[in-house]
Amino acid sequence: MPALLELRDVEARYGPVQVLHGISIAVEEGQVVAVLGANGAGKTTTLRAVSGTVRRTGDVLFAGRSVGGRGPDGIARLGIAHVPEGRGIFGELSVRDNLRMGAYTQRDRRAFKTDYARVLEHFRWLEERRDQQAGTLSGGEQQMLALARALLSRPRVLLLDEPSLGLAPIVVKEFFRIVATLNAEEGLTVLVVEQNANLALAASERAYVLEVGRVAVQGSSDELRRHESVRRSYLGY
Amino acid sequence: MQQLAQQIVSGLALGAVYASLALAIVLIHRTTHVINFAQGEMGMFTTFVAWSLITNHGFSYWAAFATTLAIAFAGGILLERVVIRPVESASPLAVIMVTIALFVVLNGLASWIWSAETRNFPSPFPGVVTVWGVSLSRHEVGAIAVSLVVLALLWAFFRFTRLGLAMRAVAIGPEPSRLLGVRVGWMLALGWGFAAVLSAVSGMMVAPIVFLDPTMMQSVLIYAFAAAVLGGIDSPLGAVVGGFALGVGINLLSTYVDFVTPELELPVAFAVLIGVLLFRPSGLFGRAVVRRV
Repeated sequence: MPALLELRDVEARYGPVQVLHGISIAVEEGQVVAVLGANGAGKTTTLRAVSGTVRRTGDVLFAGRSVGGRGPDGIARLGIAHVPEGRGIFGELSVRDNLRMGAYTQRDRRAFKTDYARVLEHFRWLEERRDQQAGTLSGGEQQMLALARALLSRPRVLLLDEPSLGLAPIVVKEFFRIVATLNAEEGLTVLVVEQNANLALAASERAYVLEVGRVAVQGSSDELRRHESVRRSYLGY
Repeated sequence: MQQLAQQIVSGLALGAVYASLALAIVLIHRTTHVINFAQGEMGMFTTFVAWSLITNHGFSYWAAFATTLAIAFAGGILLERVVIRPVESASPLAVIMVTIALFVVLNGLASWIWSAETRNFPSPFPGVVTVWGVSLSRHEVGAIAVSLVVLALLWAFFRFTRLGLAMRAVAIGPEPSRLLGVRVGWMLALGWGFAAVLSAVSGMMVAPIVFLDPTMMQSVLIYAFAAAVLGGIDSPLGAVVGGFALGVGINLLSTYVDFVTPELELPVAFAVLIGVLLFRPSGLFGRAVVRRV
């Protein structure tokens, strides 16, 4: 079976600076895959190459087909939901309008209602805050809102960029608990980029370690946890 | 009493004209952070189109009105796609220069097609109406009503439709909008379409008062700028309130304050513009957004 999402020899650059030097990653349907690495290793750029927000060479395949020259909006409509670094919440819109934007590509109103009820089961508190301006939520709440919003687009693959960044440990734990539940119950496929390697390896089945724009190590998350140099460089023991 | 009521109604009628054009300016500024100097000329040009439909093609007033709005909408979208899009990623200064060029071109084109002479533009509301013993110009009351209906429809569109919500989202964050599947470029073009419709309404409502000629919107544009800045350049509600306030305020000033002669009305608008920029740059309704990081 081909991977649901596959990067083949992807390179990307910002102006004269090349950030990705030929990365190949495969994510199978129903898997949670993590990308680890230090600051500047190219983790965020990897996700941006998938969602089309940075120019790339090499191929990105979705369900066996190249996404081709599609722009970010076209890629999103394929069913690839990218929760970017900094979350991309619309601060001046209400919580509910942010969620409605998640379902922007869904034209069926009744489907939105059932999706909304189903997704909000994981975020009960959001319902009570639905009229609040989203910019007034705390960082952790915004991260949850960004996740809920992405889920409303009925993604086939969810891209998460450093969800733990700047959040309290308890919030991070809750965040990954919800992702794990969705993966177990609905078979949600996830590609998550994380600096916190312990967290990422615990949450994923497979992982890739990036070093200066190349895949240095890859394998099952269990293997990587026992891997000598990964342990020393990223797990800190 | 009679005079005060009349002056307030004329002020509100002019205010409705300023409010529509100010809102058009705000719509474009919110999404592209650019001031469209051609906004007034877009209104003038489409008003000429309406005039031509009525005089040369036998349209009834309301048929011409509706057709003109449709033409304005399509024209606004076309302008964005063809003229603005290529310079979209250039510096704001370049885009502003393009809108100034658009100003000159539309003005020249109107004079060339329809000649620069002054014409009567019909009002669908002729004559006088008497309300509680005060006789008012029917056109002024009608202009207020028409503008309010258009503003209400636009508000409902932005408030209740999926597309309206997406346009608001794009104004706040084009990047995250794109990641949610929104075709951002088309939303900007739609914004130009709506702005063109608003300018057309503004032009068709003011033409019966000031007469139709290629320069008719130029002072209206100054008032609209002042109104938009007064309300807070990014606040749609502010632009509308600013427009009405400016219309009524200036009308009352020139009626009751001796040294404010009609020649001084435009300088007063400028004084408001500069005063607001100096003392309250965010305008009356421009609130700072609460943000937590």
